[in-house]
Amino acid sequence: MSASPIDRVAKATPPKLARKIRGLSDRTIAWIFVAPSIFLLLAVNIFPLIWTINLSFTNFKANRPGREIKYIGLRNYERILGDSDIWLTMQATAHFLFWTIALQVLIGFTLAWLINRKFKGNDLWTTIIVLPMMLSPAVVGNFWTFLYQPQIGLFNYVVSFFSGVDPSSFSMLGEVSLAPWAIVIVDTWMWTPFVMLICLAGLRSIPDYIYEAAAIDRASKWRQFWTITLPMVLPFLMLAVLFRGIENFKMFDLVVQLTGGGPGSTTELTSINLKREAFEKWRTGYASAYAIILFVTVFGLASIYVKALNKVKER
Amino acid sequence: MSGYSITDPTRRQKWIAGTLVVLYALITIMPLLWIFMTGFKSPVDAIAYPPKVTFQPTLEGYVNLFTTRTRVAPEQLAALPPPETWYEAIVRNRNMVIAGPSRYGQRFLNSVIIGFGSTFLSVFLGTLAAYAFSRFRVPLKDDLLFFILSTRMMPPIAVAIPIFLMFRTLGLSDTHLGMILLYTAVNISLAVWLLKGFIDEIPREYEEAALIDGYTRFQAFYKVVLPQAATGIASTAIFCLVFAWNEYAFAVLLTSGNAQTAPPFIPTIIGVGGQDWPAVAAGATIFLLPVMIFTILLRKHLLRGITFGAVRK
Amino acid sequence: MKTTRLLAATALTVATGFSATAVSAEELTLCWAAWDPANALVELSKDFEAKTGNTMKFEFVPWPNFADRMLNELNSGGKLCDLLIGDSQWIGGGAENGHYVKLNDFFEKEGISMDDFLPATVYAYSTWPKGTPNYYALPAMGDANGWFYRKDWFEKPEIQAAYKEATGQDLREPQTQEELLQIAQFFQGREIDGKKRYGAAIFTERGSEGITMGALGSLFTFGFKFENTPGKYDMEGAVNGPDSVKGLEFYKTLYKTATPPGYTDAYMEQSLDAFKSGQVALGMNWFAFFPGLYSDPDIGGDKIGFFPNPPQKVAGSMLGGQGISVVSYSDKKDAALEYIKWFAQPEIQAQWWKLGGYSCRKSVLLDPSFKDSQPFAADFLVAMGDVKDFWQEPAYAELLLAMQKRLHDYVVADKGTAQEALDKLVEDWTETFQDEGKL
Repeated sequence: MSASPIDRVAKATPPKLARKIRGLSDRTIAWIFVAPSIFLLLAVNIFPLIWTINLSFTNFKANRPGREIKYIGLRNYERILGDSDIWLTMQATAHFLFWTIALQVLIGFTLAWLINRKFKGNDLWTTIIVLPMMLSPAVVGNFWTFLYQPQIGLFNYVVSFFSGVDPSSFSMLGEVSLAPWAIVIVDTWMWTPFVMLICLAGLRSIPDYIYEAAAIDRASKWRQFWTITLPMVLPFLMLAVLFRGIENFKMFDLVVQLTGGGPGSTTELTSINLKREAFEKWRTGYASAYAIILFVTVFGLASIYVKALNKVKER
Repeated sequence: MSGYSITDPTRRQKWIAGTLVVLYALITIMPLLWIFMTGFKSPVDAIAYPPKVTFQPTLEGYVNLFTTRTRVAPEQLAALPPPETWYEAIVRNRNMVIAGPSRYGQRFLNSVIIGFGSTFLSVFLGTLAAYAFSRFRVPLKDDLLFFILSTRMMPPIAVAIPIFLMFRTLGLSDTHLGMILLYTAVNISLAVWLLKGFIDEIPREYEEAALIDGYTRFQAFYKVVLPQAATGIASTAIFCLVFAWNEYAFAVLLTSGNAQTAPPFIPTIIGVGGQDWPAVAAGATIFLLPVMIFTILLRKHLLRGITFGAVRK
Repeated sequence: MKTTRLLAATALTVATGFSATAVSAEELTLCWAAWDPANALVELSKDFEAKTGNTMKFEFVPWPNFADRMLNELNSGGKLCDLLIGDSQWIGGGAENGHYVKLNDFFEKEGISMDDFLPATVYAYSTWPKGTPNYYALPAMGDANGWFYRKDWFEKPEIQAAYKEATGQDLREPQTQEELLQIAQFFQGREIDGKKRYGAAIFTERGSEGITMGALGSLFTFGFKFENTPGKYDMEGAVNGPDSVKGLEFYKTLYKTATPPGYTDAYMEQSLDAFKSGQVALGMNWFAFFPGLYSDPDIGGDKIGFFPNPPQKVAGSMLGGQGISVVSYSDKKDAALEYIKWFAQPEIQAQWWKLGGYSCRKSVLLDPSFKDSQPFAADFLVAMGDVKDFWQEPAYAELLLAMQKRLHDYVVADKGTAQEALDKLVEDWTETFQDEGKL
């Protein structure tokens, strides 16, 4: 290597200082490098988490500075778990989770499988399909309310064009029977490409020789799909499901813009419900307990799932 | 690879697959095209039934996006001197005059400041941490890595409760600094995970050679490793930027005016009586277009980045 | 190279982050909802700027987000607003949590007397605890929920004949809630001038306060009360008594049988839209919008008529309106107080009404010429005569959101019966007042 400015600096550094710098053990450097990130995460994630746990045992209300803060034990938890309305929001969330994941896996996998036929220009079209997931859910969700408007909305018009139903006769966001599907449709539109990309990575990781061997064994295409393609893509697919599951459990922006939880409480997902409790009703203590319950739920489900995933991978 | 392979799809298969994918792609960009088109429609065309595909394009939506207007009586309007600019003329057509600029420009600027500020910070800190995790034996490494990832499992609303109280105490509510720090903290987990993958791929031998040449660790890091990881850093930066750019939940809860970004603002654009859809569409177009262009231009790196966490074993 | 540029960008960022919080001394920010009267206030304030040299900045938030964002701002101790025209129900929280500056001393010093303002507005917009002489706001904008209708349709002979045939009565401005429903149902689905029209545009919004504001108009007239004994929080039998149940069932019937299709989440803007586009014969909205409606080139003038919320068992109108307060976190309280002093003057208040703002000052409202100054002025006085407000408790947001949920679940989402909805509401409210230590 030729003498770069750094070499010159290195040479010009007094031996004592150089030894000092070089003397920083790798371990010290590692800590210097890691510490700021860990510190930030502690300050913005862990410290608040502990604070939330503490608040969850109180009757604190953030909009009432003058009020006495009392520890009320597990009262908040009892209230939440005993509240039938909260179980309804859990049901709404489960419906949303199940159907978005089911549709996204189905469509996403199919698309990946088709794209993997390597037709001409597939990477450009892949990019176009990916566009929705790169965009702001709040901004796009807000615009979807326009597409969903009875009569003038594009969505209703297209549906009526193909089905003959009067476009002003149904309101995707306003009707109890349709609203849960309206949010599933938009989420699927937005996030199918994510599942698709992961599946594509899975499909591309399967070496050709396996198929070649199968073809020599005269295994039918159908059989190849079930015995090679699917099992080899499964770990990827499960990972995609995990990511989508966690993301949609946290779902807030898109649905808030679309329905705001309505009509009634039909699409009031847990995050929306939590926002009402925490930042509209300002029942901070109660909402903290709620947040902890949600966190434990996601964390628990995710851990069980990851165990299952690892088993599949080992197979 | 040339020649015949039994696993290659036939031309017919390719053709069918291609058609289906293109069909899906066309359906999927319809809503985006519709946003773009609505931005150039007049308010009447925007809510026409049946929805209009062909129309006389106008910049009224964009004018409405960037201005606030007041209605004046026709006789007062007639008394005014003729409009000096084309946008004033558009507004006059609706019996209104321009009262001043709207807040859109400021909100957009906030998005730029907070987006780039937090991206820079998270990539900077993330690169350091990722390097350390990749190269050194950090005690409790796996636990720390898992901890970093698990911070993304919390619903933002749940995190926002204590953050709100913290910001209130520290005076960070509705400030650029507060939002930059918050987005950095959220992004850093993604940054560390992505960057660790990229740095893992750089052979250690390069640095070791540099160390033997008399470089210190620091020098080896920024002379040898950083240039090698440049692509990885760039695509990580884009992911962080996209997140900060699109974020809504924290922004809506923790900002109200000074530091409010565009996503909570755009849905509140209203005209005289109801949402002004052409103006909303214009605002959305300006806000979404940069991301779309980025995505198309940098598709090779981005697509790799999205699946990175999944592909890594 | 790249790094230095990025560093510079961050430095800039940090700098702007700080500078954004420090504003020059004479620039006041006034926060309010984004609606017609706000534009009038901008116009009116030019006089203040000219006279005092202070400059005014305005932060107007659309109604659906107004409460959410402003209360969040107050609760985070934000300095965005120096002056806030906050909704009437916020006064309890504003006073008890120290968001608003108490104005008694200031009023005394400047010789501003609350006796110069309409008692109902002082009670509703300024006092906390209710009715005591502790003032946290100056009544700024009187308002109530009222009705408007297509006078041109009402006057068509063929429509009058058809109405007579259908109901045996003459078509007129409704005198009772039942008559209102009957008229709305008559217009529902009727073809006029070759287009299908609908009955009434009412409030059904879920997110903020819409359906509560709309339904309370009917509930009050059917005999709904918040408490059996004022101040005792004894809601059982008042909130969910037979009168209240009837009132809520009435509102649901109105919604189900006489509103345009897809009208599931409508508040002020949607009601105005439906009326202005000729979809409906009747519309419900705040008086604040009436000047704008009257001057509308398409449906205003001769084509529109106004009436206050008709009585049923008793008279009653939903109160709207706001007082103007000084935010205690502001660094420019003196200038903000100066604004209030300027705003309270009789001639400014007269100008306020002329520009389309509803002054609460007696010198304006009790002036003999007031009733004829606008076609809806007399109706406004009638409505203000029997207004009732929602709870103004510090816990008002909790109380309101509970009612929003119960009403929307029953009226729009068809869950349960009116009795069940109101029973649950009593449970919710009891819980809240227990938390508050008031029960």
